[in-house]
Amino acid sequence: MSIWEYANPVKFMRASGAVLPWVVGGAAICTLGGLIWGFLTPDDFKQGSTVKILFLHVPAALMAINCWMMMLVASLIWIVRRHHVSALAAKAAAPVGAVMTLIALITGAVWGQPMWGTWWEWDPRLTSFLILFLFYLGYIALWEAVEDPDSAADLTGVLCLVGSVFALLSRYAVLFWNQGLHQGASLSVASGERMSATYRYPLYLAMLGFFLLTVALILIRTRTEIRRRRLAALLARENRA
Amino acid sequence: MKALLIRDLRLATRAGGGFGLALAFFLIVCTLVPFGVGPQGGTLALIAPGILWVGALLSCLLSLDRIFALDHEDGSLDLLATAPLPLEGVVASKALAHWLTTGLPLVLAAPVFGILLHLPGPGYVWLVLSLALGTPALSVLGAFGAAVTVGLRRGGLLLSLLVLPLYIPTLIFGAEAVRRGAAGLDPWTPLVFLAAITLAVLALVPFAAASALRVNLR
Repeated sequence: MSIWEYANPVKFMRASGAVLPWVVGGAAICTLGGLIWGFLTPDDFKQGSTVKILFLHVPAALMAINCWMMMLVASLIWIVRRHHVSALAAKAAAPVGAVMTLIALITGAVWGQPMWGTWWEWDPRLTSFLILFLFYLGYIALWEAVEDPDSAADLTGVLCLVGSVFALLSRYAVLFWNQGLHQGASLSVASGERMSATYRYPLYLAMLGFFLLTVALILIRTRTEIRRRRLAALLARENRA
Repeated sequence: MKALLIRDLRLATRAGGGFGLALAFFLIVCTLVPFGVGPQGGTLALIAPGILWVGALLSCLLSLDRIFALDHEDGSLDLLATAPLPLEGVVASKALAHWLTTGLPLVLAAPVFGILLHLPGPGYVWLVLSLALGTPALSVLGAFGAAVTVGLRRGGLLLSLLVLPLYIPTLIFGAEAVRRGAAGLDPWTPLVFLAAITLAVLALVPFAAASALRVNLR
């Protein structure tokens, strides 16, 4: 029994179908729980009630990056081992990641207006997220533009690899270009505790919720893509007969 | 490879090749900007490094879809793919031809456009140097974008969406070098980064472009 067994679409559909209700349920409970718990936390003495945006902003930003990482791994698997499920999973993850990036950008703007006095600042973190969003857009557009599914998977896979390098490069290039306004990491394993437990535990819950939510969305979208591929194959067979 | 390069150069410089179009576009951008921001010399001098770099980048973008599209249409790209020259070499030579017909004229003409935009005196050397170091990367990345979108309908629009984000690091370091040079600061740090990006792109991206071409020719 190895992970590669799930490269078989039938096995993947069976396993993901069995797991999906649990993931969706867990995502609903954790996301709602985290957000509501976060909403009920007391106001921060400096940031006031705007601190509650944190519970939406941080998990979305986290998932925005992790979606791209997942696409990178899935593209690599497709390019090396030619498993179709992997390519479809990469395709399915892109819009989810793009929306997460957008959520992070918008909630950041909403938070930045009262706190920094501006909706937008050309700060390294903000800028690199905007760049990440552009990469998502290009990736999705390329999937839409290429008709042959295998070529599309190949081309987007190559684009994802090159794009990953350049997204990372841009991340550090903008650091060089402009010093930041954005605070450092809110949670850090290395530097010990930075945030009081009042905010930390709801944040953990919201992060878990967003993680499950992302997994659920990607699974659903991958299943849809597999079904769409099957439908296309059936239609092609019918046309030939 | 040399024969291919000479052929591409000849095609680009003869009638209908669009040679000089990028230069004209660059000139128009540099003319339009003062209309947009007003003719005050101080403001223009402040934004000149950025405008010159963005202008060069957009002019470079203009001719990218020609790198492979014409050869794809008349079938010579298929012949090139079956030729003994590896496809990576074809990509490199095409990118070099693109640079010689687009990037190099931009580098040489940039000081003239710098005068139009009141670029401060010490900036000229760094403008030419940074463009000379940076534009090869633009051509090679453009060749990658052209390879991905070759044979697509509406490829041109998609090409800019794919390629422009890839240009960001080059633009940042290039414009920063000119800005520092124009302000009398030390521009070597961004210049070295710029050169590093260009060298890495030259070494690695032709492989990605060739694999995209192989997919498109399948």
